[in-house]
Amino acid sequence: MATIPSPHTFRGGIHPAYNKALAAAAPIRELPLPARLTVPMSQHLGAPAKPVVKAGDTVAGGQLVAEAAGFISAPVHAPAAGKVVAIEETLTASGRACAAVVIETAPEQVWQPLPTFPEWRFTDAKQLIEHIGAAGVVGMGGAGFPTRVKLSPPSDKPIDTVILNGAECEPYLTSDHRMMLEHAAEIRIGAEIIRHILGARSLRIAIEDNKPDAIAAMEKAFQDTDGDVAVTVLRTSYPQGSEKQQIFSVTGREVPRGGLPMDVGCVVENVSTAFAVFDAVVNGRPLVRRVITVTGDAIAQPANLLAPCGTLYSDLVAACGGVAGQAAKVISGGPMMGFAVSSLAVPTGKTASGLLLLSPKKISDFSSQACIACGRCVDACPMRLSPAELSQCIEADDIDGAEPLALMDCIECGSCAFVCPARRPLVHHMRRGKAVVMARRAAAKKTP
Amino acid sequence: MKPEAPSDLLVISSSPHAHCGESVTRIMLDVVIALMPAFAMSLWLFQWQALRLAAVCVAACLLTEWLCRRAMRRASSLSDGSAVITGLLLAFNLPPALPTWMAVAGSVFAIAVAKQVFGGLGYNPFNPALAGRAFMLISFTGAMTTWSRSPWIQKVAYAAGSATTQATEVAVDAMTAATPLGFAKEALKAGAPMPLFSDLALLKDFFLGNVNGCIGETSAAALLLGAAYLLIRRVITWHIPVAYLATVFAYAAILHLVAPGTSLPPHVHLLSGGLLLGAFFMATDMVTSPLTRRGMLVFGVGCGVITMLIRTVKTGAYPEGVSFAILIMNAFTPLINRATRNRVFGTKKECARS
Repeated sequence: MATIPSPHTFRGGIHPAYNKALAAAAPIRELPLPARLTVPMSQHLGAPAKPVVKAGDTVAGGQLVAEAAGFISAPVHAPAAGKVVAIEETLTASGRACAAVVIETAPEQVWQPLPTFPEWRFTDAKQLIEHIGAAGVVGMGGAGFPTRVKLSPPSDKPIDTVILNGAECEPYLTSDHRMMLEHAAEIRIGAEIIRHILGARSLRIAIEDNKPDAIAAMEKAFQDTDGDVAVTVLRTSYPQGSEKQQIFSVTGREVPRGGLPMDVGCVVENVSTAFAVFDAVVNGRPLVRRVITVTGDAIAQPANLLAPCGTLYSDLVAACGGVAGQAAKVISGGPMMGFAVSSLAVPTGKTASGLLLLSPKKISDFSSQACIACGRCVDACPMRLSPAELSQCIEADDIDGAEPLALMDCIECGSCAFVCPARRPLVHHMRRGKAVVMARRAAAKKTP
Repeated sequence: MKPEAPSDLLVISSSPHAHCGESVTRIMLDVVIALMPAFAMSLWLFQWQALRLAAVCVAACLLTEWLCRRAMRRASSLSDGSAVITGLLLAFNLPPALPTWMAVAGSVFAIAVAKQVFGGLGYNPFNPALAGRAFMLISFTGAMTTWSRSPWIQKVAYAAGSATTQATEVAVDAMTAATPLGFAKEALKAGAPMPLFSDLALLKDFFLGNVNGCIGETSAAALLLGAAYLLIRRVITWHIPVAYLATVFAYAAILHLVAPGTSLPPHVHLLSGGLLLGAFFMATDMVTSPLTRRGMLVFGVGCGVITMLIRTVKTGAYPEGVSFAILIMNAFTPLINRATRNRVFGTKKECARS
């Protein structure tokens, strides 16, 4: 076990105001069980889960309410015992609607645990992977990629390095930070389970140097771990938490275009995901709750709340003393990649790491002047694209011109728009361009 | 255009929801601030002539910008400050005694033809101030190359000038007044010995600006002070100016080694004419220069080579080449952008250069 500075740092990136002090010192607090949970069927990347309960059913806590609907999908469990009152459409953070199982929670909580594997070190990897999949564990850093899939690389892609992502580079958010401080031992076990499953030689815990207490907590938790284990201290720079950039910072390897981390022998798991793996394997608890940072200058008492997946934002806001002054923008996630939502009647999910309420004076103004070709976006882009040229192509509806400029490689991290002096909504243009390309590709597939 | 929301509604927009706070107006303000030391020096050296030209050019540029935007029925762009910079830079590139109406004509050309015709700030392929100056050089060749001495310069610079060769003194008398590069070109054409400007007192004049030239280009000290401000504020990066100046220095040094009798020493080339003004304030014009660091280096080297070709080729008409060099490289900017795109993360080769 060692602590090492990251041997590389990706080119580009930005240094936004982190604003983490608002919530960083607030210990994780369990939210009192809400009277009603709206559990979305799409809390992960891939096909939405298929409900297996119907209105009127009584469910126990942890009981399966929806099954995975394909290879890239994940099952959903009841976060608490109660009665299914409806299966209806709900708005999700991304602005899309999806089906949700609405549960009226019972005063008496009954829990239906999954099997446990206390002897996981001697358990077959396949069995553990299946169990983790059945527990509905997905990447909790934001994308929600099913962990089962990540843990099952084909045999021709050996994994030599597991990276535990504790960068939490999004400003304002502190949920992973608090998890590292308060659940270091559990995260360690989760990480060891992942390493055991993959048979990976090396384990790296990647944390930015602006979180010295988290670095110390991880050093302590992992101190007697066998083998090649190290805390890699990353230079604080956004987006260090982005998978591709982090793999480069830690190993110097570049995930090839269109490829996956396993193509360079790596698997990256968020620290909260490691906790969820621990919880599923050791405690037999499916992923039904998570820590979410409720913060911003328009919330009375910023907090890190342990809340069931399916809690409405309005319940979170109420638990934090309500809105302070006026909230002009409500963001699901962080300010760089989060979604602005139109209402507080949106439920949390497995990937909801933060809820940010901003007052009118904290709203950035993107007024979209003409590009002055200053090149700052080109310097900031961690994928080394040319957002200035891309955005102008897309604005002119020249998608054919944008595609060869590596439009599809954009990770939408927002670094370009953050630095743009002309305040052009560059990410918006990228998203629109990418959507057009995706639609064209889908259409081309249908008519061969 | 701050999104105004009724208090019960939430603002919806695409991510990111944070911004660094920088603005085009702030960048332009920084450039204006950086031009102030040179402007102060020009007021000292050329007195009311400098004030007259700067005021006329800035006012004419602002008025033209306003009229163009109105005529095109587009939102006013006066507040971005770019027209003020065009006015100042154009004035800095004019000889002190230039008639006012010519300065107005150049300003109107710079804003209306070189900028607004293309759609305004961000769309202009050429630096507007330089395009205005090129227009004036061609249209008012005589007035644009007549260097009436300011009384102050006459006393200081040309007293020191007599410390060089006999031939130079003849040239001074014949031309009534000329820029140092003007001397050199005349000497080259006439086959006369090249003035060496090796006198230390004269070098000090070069550095402070006590030489004939356009009102804002003569003081290296003031221009470097402004350039330092732009670099510290990160409005510009070092790539274009360093590549430009290094190329001029290397070109001049080699030439001077090979043919010392017919060429100026490299330090004189660096301190002469509009080179420092051009390298730090005009070649770095964001709109008309490349996007990538590598592209900026290519651009700077190109500017340096063309400047030296114009300055030192015997048959060339102009003694100074900074303006045309930058304008020519402006034309290459889209091509340079295409050729110098960064290698995309996760790819082996550079991005398709389509």
